[in-house]
Amino acid sequence: MSSYSITEPSARQKWFAGTLVILYALITITPLLWIIATGFKSSADSISYPPKVFFQPKLEGYVNLFTTRTRATTEQLATLPPPKTWYEQVARDNAMVISGPSRYGERFLNSVIIGFGSTFLSIVLGTLAAYAFSRFKVPLKDDLLFFILSTRMMPPIAVAIPIFLMFRALGLSDTHLGMILLYTAVNISLAVWLIHGFMDEIPREYEEAALIDGYTRFQAFYKVVLPQAATGIASTAIFCLIFAWNEYAFAVLLTSGTAQTAPPFIPTIIGVGGKDWPAVAAGATLFLLPVMVFTILLRKHLLRGITFGAVRK
Amino acid sequence: MSNTLPNRVANSTPPALARRVKGLSDRAIAWIFVAPTIFLLLAINIFPLLWTIRLSLTNYRANQPNRPLAWVGLDNYRQVLSDPDIWNTMQVTAHFLIWTIVLQVLIGFSLAWLINRKFKGNDLWTTIIVLPMMLSPAVVGNFWTFFYQPQIGIFNYVVGFFTGADTSSFTMIGSVDLAPWSIVIVDTWMWTPFVMLICLAGLRSIPNYIYEAAAVDRASPWRQFWTITIPMVLPFLMLAVLFRGIENFKMFDLVVQLTGGGPGSITELTSINLKREAFEKWRTGYASAYAIILFVTVFGLASIYVKALNRVKQR
Repeated sequence: MSSYSITEPSARQKWFAGTLVILYALITITPLLWIIATGFKSSADSISYPPKVFFQPKLEGYVNLFTTRTRATTEQLATLPPPKTWYEQVARDNAMVISGPSRYGERFLNSVIIGFGSTFLSIVLGTLAAYAFSRFKVPLKDDLLFFILSTRMMPPIAVAIPIFLMFRALGLSDTHLGMILLYTAVNISLAVWLIHGFMDEIPREYEEAALIDGYTRFQAFYKVVLPQAATGIASTAIFCLIFAWNEYAFAVLLTSGTAQTAPPFIPTIIGVGGKDWPAVAAGATLFLLPVMVFTILLRKHLLRGITFGAVRK
Repeated sequence: MSNTLPNRVANSTPPALARRVKGLSDRAIAWIFVAPTIFLLLAINIFPLLWTIRLSLTNYRANQPNRPLAWVGLDNYRQVLSDPDIWNTMQVTAHFLIWTIVLQVLIGFSLAWLINRKFKGNDLWTTIIVLPMMLSPAVVGNFWTFFYQPQIGIFNYVVGFFTGADTSSFTMIGSVDLAPWSIVIVDTWMWTPFVMLICLAGLRSIPNYIYEAAAVDRASPWRQFWTITIPMVLPFLMLAVLFRGIENFKMFDLVVQLTGGGPGSITELTSINLKREAFEKWRTGYASAYAIILFVTVFGLASIYVKALNRVKQR
């Protein structure tokens, strides 16, 4: 007799469960696919009725996303020299003349700088603090960890009032440094708490053996503990990065020009005469895709990250 | 002798060990490692909080920094608590909180239960379901206004397709009756996977032998579900509700992009209302008092809830 378990779901149960879950997954993914598809539609296709599932893919949305344009009449277009590049051609086809680059590139770059800057800082500081929490008797340790978590209970808008005043007084408003420090302060709680959990899982015996062998505490930390915790630290880093990448409330209140990130910018994209949904979709697609890729890479650590390590699996 | 020394040292893990080791003392290292984090948190978390408390006792307006500052005592708190707008906002927030939590728990738990039937490819589909939750709420929320457009929106089209209603006959965001549901729908779409993941971890933590024992005792699947599955998943489910509760109480980005609090103030959640007081009307002192009241509320409710959660866990 083959191995038989009374708790294993039957084939019919599995089939039924699978169908329902796949159905839900398809419904839930539709809006995301729709965003990606809209980015490749022409303006007319994007607002057609009934909504178009099949359409001629166009790069209009992407061209509009990266450029500013002015409308030109047919006569005006006829007087212009022939377009030099493919994107100029795309614009001309829609009776537009490109007048310059848009701000999307800058905003995206700001997101990259602030995201990576704050992630780097929170991981460096967080790893050090986590090591101390994990290995030494730090006074008030339990209270500190609870305090670190409770800072997340405050609505960002409430925190933003004094931060706004503080940044204004220190000249940090609308600067990269200010946003990096702010996101680091928000993320560091997550970083310390998660990395602390990962370090607790590394047996102390390894380090103590190294200490006996004549390593200093610091050498033991970066030659023994760090390599062991590397996977955990890397997944924590991605969580910090995704948070900083997605953050909106602080960004919209504290930045306006130089340091503005993409989330407050993308909703403000408008075309010539009305909301240009293909361009918004193109901007959103470029912005959301990296996170989708990271989510797939992270899937094993997802639970731990999003629950502050409360659920480990 | 030298053979057994490392073992003995390792097993007893003496705190005095490091003092014999060269280099910095443990206390110095602990201090150096923790200090930058503490400093940053003091500067960007604690100091602003204290400053907010101070501001809440004044009539300060951030757009007029040179206006003479007057201490008004607890006047701001009295004003906040007697403001009918704020009670309206609280009701809107309560509606949003209750419905998103109810829907997310029901759908999230059902999904987790189905995924736990371990059908082929469940990993892949779980990852796909999780995607919306990881994305920028502001960017996605903004795009949902497109899906909700009366004539051309895909949401209205799908609803019209299944119910036969005219797609331009209703507007989710513009109507007083439907707008509160429009934010509940998007939040549920986005955050159900969160509840699902936690429930799934709970379901997977139940050892198989409990079900085997129950099956040997001829407990019906229905009875097994209510006496084994539900009680064992409950602590996980309560944790998910805590996280969603805190997150949705401070909800801002998704809803501000989706409805902006409108029409009128039908979907004006506390965070949106607070933003209006602080950064549009510039009543900084008043808004600070409001912020402190919100913080105390969340903190108090969360503490009570965590106590209840711990009691459930210990059972």
